[in-house]
Amino acid sequence: MSKAAILSRSIWVFHFASAACNNCDIELIDALTPRFDLERFGIKLVGSIRHADCLLVSGIMNEKGATRLKFLYDIAPKPLAVVTFGSCGASGGLFTNSYNFYGPPDKIIPVDAYIPGCPPRPEAIIDGIVKVVKKLRNV
Amino acid sequence: MVLFYYIIFPGFLATFIAGGVASWIERKLTARIQTRVGPPFLQPFYDVRKLFIKEITIPEHSSRSIFMISPIIALASITVVATIVGLNLINPAYGFNGDLIVCVYLLLIPSLCVILGASASGNPLASLGASREMKLVLSYELAFWASLAVPVLKTNSIRFIDIIGFQALNGSIAGSLSGIIAFIVAIICIQAKLAKVPFDIPEAETEIAGGAYIEYSGPLLGFFKITQYMMLIVLPLFLLEIFWGPMNFSVGILKYLLLLTIIIMLENTNPRLKIDQAVKFFWFGLLPFGVISIILAIIGM
Repeated sequence: MSKAAILSRSIWVFHFASAACNNCDIELIDALTPRFDLERFGIKLVGSIRHADCLLVSGIMNEKGATRLKFLYDIAPKPLAVVTFGSCGASGGLFTNSYNFYGPPDKIIPVDAYIPGCPPRPEAIIDGIVKVVKKLRNV
Repeated sequence: MVLFYYIIFPGFLATFIAGGVASWIERKLTARIQTRVGPPFLQPFYDVRKLFIKEITIPEHSSRSIFMISPIIALASITVVATIVGLNLINPAYGFNGDLIVCVYLLLIPSLCVILGASASGNPLASLGASREMKLVLSYELAFWASLAVPVLKTNSIRFIDIIGFQALNGSIAGSLSGIIAFIVAIICIQAKLAKVPFDIPEAETEIAGGAYIEYSGPLLGFFKITQYMMLIVLPLFLLEIFWGPMNFSVGILKYLLLLTIIIMLENTNPRLKIDQAVKFFWFGLLPFGVISIILAIIGM
């Protein structure tokens, strides 16, 4: 059994919000509520990057957020899956032409999956997670 | 044979598997209370297996050796307790003089290891968690000892075999007035020993982000997880043996499940206390009941 397949059974998520407008964050919390219940798949939110198997990035990357994202990625225990969340995470969304926009997260660290939407619905989040899991298990 | 007792049954392996199942029961019941579906049966084992393939990261400003060794000491000490408690359940003749006292001291070591490891990690939030754990230990330990004094006073012995034998002859200690008060005090104390809500102050996921465990990753966190699973088996069994004996296999499992359900219900129906509230609760709320139960035990009730 490969490492990634073992990882896909129990994904602990660390949420990094870089100046997000909070819509994505609220939808993420929605996905953890009883109605959608991500614990069914062994997914839970953790408070420390050292426990994390998945780094979830939301919001637009400015200069300060970018250095912190790089730092978080460096100190995280590998193997680690990186997922960006929302339109801002995928491309910059509304803020692409903004003066303080540094670039999308995949310019800074390698990204495994994108969940687009502004904000993505909980169903989209679960769909994104299923895609990550499939990619990890090489289905 | 001794190694078999320590490593396979009733020591490490058996307790770990049973603890994983108990942890699943806890998570599933919590999920059902919140009208969720809950995790699959093998989820605790998936979690541990995953932790053992992860990388170990060591913080830059940490004291490396203490940081690495404290989870292992915690696991070793809980394994010894599991062996003593388990062997007394199968055949009390394996006990030795003073094994009750040894167990209570060894049960303290996982908490001390959490304090040591957290202090060694050099993280401000971890040191906050360590200081809270220290205060929590200081607050619940006295009430715990007071409650344990009741079976000792009633049987005039500090050996499991005498306490179990006494209960086989005279009915369980929890059947008497002093016994039931001490038993309830002890249940609330093990809630704090297990670091479950309302006493999960040192971890406090939502305010200090995992607290004492914040810098631990991979196998080292896995050792702490296994320790927690094993505590979930060992502590209730320990209480059942000295308060609510005698037990045979089927009745024992039912009693254990009942006690586990009580622990989970306490966890799910209470908010987290602040550390000063917890200290006040244990010293001025719970300790008087412990003292009352000791007095009742001395006058023979």
